[in-house]
Amino acid sequence: MMQAQETQNQASGRGSGQPPLVEMRDISISFGGIKAVDHVSVDLYPGEVVGLLGHNGAGKSTLIKVLSGAYQMDHGEILIDGKKVEINNPRDARANNIETIYQTLALADNLDASSNLFLGREMVTPFGLVNDAAMEAECRKIMAQLNPNFQKFNDPVSALSGGQRQSVAIARAVYFNARILIMDEPTAALGPHETQMVADLIQQLKAQGIGIFLIDHDVHAVMELCDRASVMKNGQLVGTVDIPDVTDDDLLSMIILGKKPGEKTE
Amino acid sequence: MTETSSQPVPQKAKANLFQQLELDMRLLGMIGAFIILCIGFNIVTDGRFLTPRNLFNLSIQTVSVAIMACGMVFIIVMRHIDLSVGALLATTSAVMAMTQTELLPNVLGMGLNHPATWAITLVVGLVVGTLIGAFHGWMVGYLTIPAFIVTLGGFLVWRNVAWYMTDGQTIGPLDSTFLMFGGTNGTLGTTVSLLFGLAATAIAIWALWSGRRSKAAHGFPVKPVWAETTLAGIIGIAIMGYVLIVNSYAIPTRRLERMFEARGETMPEGLIVGYGIPISVLILILVAVTLTVVARKTRFGRYIFATGGNPDAAELSGINTRMMTVKIFALMGFLCALSAVVASARLANHSNDIGTLDELRVIAAAVIGGTALSGGIGTIYGAILGALIMQALQSGMAMVGVDAPFQNIVVGTVLVLAVYIDIVYRKRLGAK
Repeated sequence: MMQAQETQNQASGRGSGQPPLVEMRDISISFGGIKAVDHVSVDLYPGEVVGLLGHNGAGKSTLIKVLSGAYQMDHGEILIDGKKVEINNPRDARANNIETIYQTLALADNLDASSNLFLGREMVTPFGLVNDAAMEAECRKIMAQLNPNFQKFNDPVSALSGGQRQSVAIARAVYFNARILIMDEPTAALGPHETQMVADLIQQLKAQGIGIFLIDHDVHAVMELCDRASVMKNGQLVGTVDIPDVTDDDLLSMIILGKKPGEKTE
Repeated sequence: MTETSSQPVPQKAKANLFQQLELDMRLLGMIGAFIILCIGFNIVTDGRFLTPRNLFNLSIQTVSVAIMACGMVFIIVMRHIDLSVGALLATTSAVMAMTQTELLPNVLGMGLNHPATWAITLVVGLVVGTLIGAFHGWMVGYLTIPAFIVTLGGFLVWRNVAWYMTDGQTIGPLDSTFLMFGGTNGTLGTTVSLLFGLAATAIAIWALWSGRRSKAAHGFPVKPVWAETTLAGIIGIAIMGYVLIVNSYAIPTRRLERMFEARGETMPEGLIVGYGIPISVLILILVAVTLTVVARKTRFGRYIFATGGNPDAAELSGINTRMMTVKIFALMGFLCALSAVVASARLANHSNDIGTLDELRVIAAAVIGGTALSGGIGTIYGAILGALIMQALQSGMAMVGVDAPFQNIVVGTVLVLAVYIDIVYRKRLGAK
């Protein structure tokens, strides 16, 4: 299966000799004897959006948490720009310019927007104290780009609406010069207006050459936003396809039946 | 994105006076409750409550619990609990008592009241407290045993380690320099107290002003000048008020005579000398200011609150929450030892029941002071005010002559009531 996927990538001419931005090779991870991810390989090129599809429990979130440093893989390797890297915790991931927008948003509800934006990477004064005013100024700058209506800079994020919270989480991921962005169901909790905002943002980030892994349930969203899609079922990779070559139904049958379009039983 | 926030922002007329002062309503409520309590007791006791003497005693009685309550705020903010603080106070107190009465004189041959005794004792006590606290934190953070269980076990263990070390006996007398940390035996004197008060007021005003300047430098909205001035005025009056009160509490004439005799001098006739700020209160102020700066202005403090607000988010942001747990419990142990210094020095000996029920007083003080047991919320000044309110209630009732059982019944009821009021207040505010 891996072999087939690699040929396909080359066939599409992606990168043309240049190594992928991220390559996750032969990743396995199990919890208590259950193989949550079973020898899966995926890759991502600059300026590309790769969708990760599958049912709940298919292993897509687990796979991506290996890349964001939340889980440690049992087997496999991660290459960035063709070089092997060690990602043992979220700090390692951040050091490799990998940023994640979690489905839960991972915001500390009791802190304000700028504290959340800089959490773990606070700006400090020469005396080593956190520089709240400078952080708020930076926060105001980035929020002015992402969500000009955002004004609640001094309230805890628990007082914000779903869309506002989402923009804080997005700001955190894009502020620190991410090269690789992981979005775990970024539109799951959003209304149509906010969903459109996220879609626009993805286009912007793509244009800047950022590679994006987009985890989603929604086949339509993936068809609309992604260049390629990797489908997982029961911890295994069903296959990776180029979005222009497939239909919604093809993707659905990969998700449900675990069969690639070519393998279709007539 | 949509929402009400789309109105062109600032300059909306803030109706409420308190909103303009940007003061915490809860803080005002607590200060109000404390003042009402004091005035009420003063009326019932025919003016015996609001005397320099009683306020001096009230402040030195509060210190021990208040110091520990400061550490408990961090523990509870991080969604843990420490039931062992009273027992840990007893153990560190026993360690220090044995160090200065047994170890140093008998093993190292340092005589009674040797000039280094107090310092060595202090270091030994603080190190032991910190290590025990760190050990608790390691069990909570790395072995993932719930803090409730670790410290419930610690409660039994350390209470009885103290007993075992001293054979249950009262250990004393303690080193005379060591006793200065207790209160009446160690005060700054009126002149130094006055200078300290002025310096503290100046620093507070400078802190307000520099906060305002850094906000203004980035073009953020700032409070109106009159509000800032009022705030500075209130803080200044509070600090200088306390200094003047403790300065006007005169050292009893006989005691003063003895002090002069000890120095081989005779006391001038009719001399009146005020106590000034007790060293123990000074320690509390240092702890409170330091920990407030830690909470608000350091990464460590920011991570404590982030972890309390959302442990998963903190972990995913690269914060080592396990190590944080070890550190806050180590800090708690350090503060228990510091409280043990103050408590044993105030009593002038180590008794077997020292610190009994302190864990409950400390937790109650933190909670009355607005620390949420669900984590993520709490302030140092709130906890100190909580401790002060509880102590005022307790000693006020003792002065009025309320029976001992009723005193505890009232304190328990007040604790529950205070938390209920807090819940109602937060719901009304719409915050969590």
